[in-house]
Amino acid sequence: MQPLLKVENLVKRYAKRSLADAREEVPALNAVSFSIFPGTTLAVVGESGSGKSTLAACLACLESPTTGSIWYEEKDLVKLGARARRQVRPQLQLIFQDPASSLNPRWKVLEILVEPLILQRNFNREEMNQRANSLLERVGLSPDIVKRPPTELSGGQRQRLAIARALALQPKLLILDEALSALDCSVQAQIANLLMELQSSLGMTYVFITHDLAMAAYLADEIAVMDGGRIVEQGPPEKILKIPQHETTRQLLAAVPRIIPPALPAVEQ
Amino acid sequence: MASVLEIQDLHVSYRSREGALHPALAGVSFGLLPAEILGVLGESGSGKSTLAGSLLRLLPRNAKILRGTVHFEGQDLLQARAEELQQIRGRRISLIFQEPSLALHPTMRAGEQVRQVLAAHGVSGKSALNKRTRQVFAEVFAEDVERISRSYPHQLSGGQRQRVLIAQAIACGPAVVIADEPTASLDPATQMEILGVFRSLREKLGLAMIFITHNPALLSGFADRVLVLYDGRVAELGPAATVLASPRHPYTQALFASLPSVMEDSETVRRKRLPVIPGDSSPSSLPRQGCCFEPRCTERMDICKEREPGVVKVSASHTVSCFKYEG
Repeated sequence: MQPLLKVENLVKRYAKRSLADAREEVPALNAVSFSIFPGTTLAVVGESGSGKSTLAACLACLESPTTGSIWYEEKDLVKLGARARRQVRPQLQLIFQDPASSLNPRWKVLEILVEPLILQRNFNREEMNQRANSLLERVGLSPDIVKRPPTELSGGQRQRLAIARALALQPKLLILDEALSALDCSVQAQIANLLMELQSSLGMTYVFITHDLAMAAYLADEIAVMDGGRIVEQGPPEKILKIPQHETTRQLLAAVPRIIPPALPAVEQ
Repeated sequence: MASVLEIQDLHVSYRSREGALHPALAGVSFGLLPAEILGVLGESGSGKSTLAGSLLRLLPRNAKILRGTVHFEGQDLLQARAEELQQIRGRRISLIFQEPSLALHPTMRAGEQVRQVLAAHGVSGKSALNKRTRQVFAEVFAEDVERISRSYPHQLSGGQRQRVLIAQAIACGPAVVIADEPTASLDPATQMEILGVFRSLREKLGLAMIFITHNPALLSGFADRVLVLYDGRVAELGPAATVLASPRHPYTQALFASLPSVMEDSETVRRKRLPVIPGDSSPSSLPRQGCCFEPRCTERMDICKEREPGVVKVSASHTVSCFKYEG
């Protein structure tokens, strides 16, 4: 099978501004390479400052890498011109950590959902409203909320809305940058289940960026561990969890807060 | 053992702009034992931050304490005069907030921020202030004390900033520290580090602590007892090891079941649905009478709709508010 996305030797350096105007460059990504296959999940785990979010921004074409390639449908996104890139971008959607700050608090749910459709200019009002309703249904929200502002929704509902908005343009890849971290535990489980459902019904491909190794192992087909801008270890979750090779992986594993797994009665779905 | 802080039947409500009262805490009672770490576990909307604020009467203007008592060192803090309370806040009971980057003054050096706390509570004289500040920093930082004390918050890491907040909180030698989600914005390794700081302070200074969190996994190996809050009520309270390993309340059980676990055999667990608690706890979906968890509970009985469950002792130190264990 062809990979959906193939990243080769990606390097991103940020110029560090100093008072003396000495040019100093900070490497955020250092020779990162991997492939993601359609319908699978790649989890990228690492501590703060390991380069995870820079990677997300590069994949979503929000940052231009210093060198390297991102191959998507036989095109290198890094070298693509502005116009061609604009055509590809709807297919790669990003979901952020905190839905409270990624949704405009002054807009109504409907406006939030149809904005991407308006920008595409291919839909009339009726089609847009219909699409908004079916998106809400898809993510388990009631169409009754279209007139409400996101501030009246709970954290879980807001993240569902952010997912619905990301799905509006029928993307192939969702980049989830700490998309569960700001949510309550019980809500995390609901959203994780929703992501798995969407993956099986729509064949979505995910890049799941997180510092939560437990959730990564749960959702991913493949885990890449990052440290200092590099991928230091990569493999299927079973392997990463049971026989971690790299020190960073061992540290992340040790830092997963554990609760003694209780023997529990079945819980209604 | 006598409690350092005794909370009885605390009811707090918020008044909406239309004038209606929305209960946030509805009859919370517990005691904090000397030198214990009490973990308060609750999700958004459970009332955990209202609890933190109401103990020192630091609540938004539209909050109303309707009933209850908070006994501390021979007086009821809810009845205390403003000046009396001012002497207790930050000196005998201190509060640590969630977001260290917001709780610190951005253009004031870390050391000065601790000195101000000391000065506000009667430590005077430059050399006395400096000496005490250095001591306090030495309690929370293993090295680099001088540099950190001279740094501005933006020059410090998230973990270091949180330690500065802890330094402020312990500066005056309080009896009780209330920490409201103090590690929520930190990455897992730093979280563990900060929990370590709290534990060592408890050992060294004999602090009693209320540690509020939404993450049950943080409490294992850290808290002595766990109090589970749901919809402003105490669902369950008991020794941490017991509550975490064998929770009795259906809510606690369902909550723990929804966590993915790295301990389990990943090949078999992976990519199955996580068990979730059906529905949510938003105010509109809570019942008007009966047990507040009844609509989401898988073990509901007829009686659960009729009235609120009382507190049931399932062992000498473990209580649950659920009809399952009554009679």
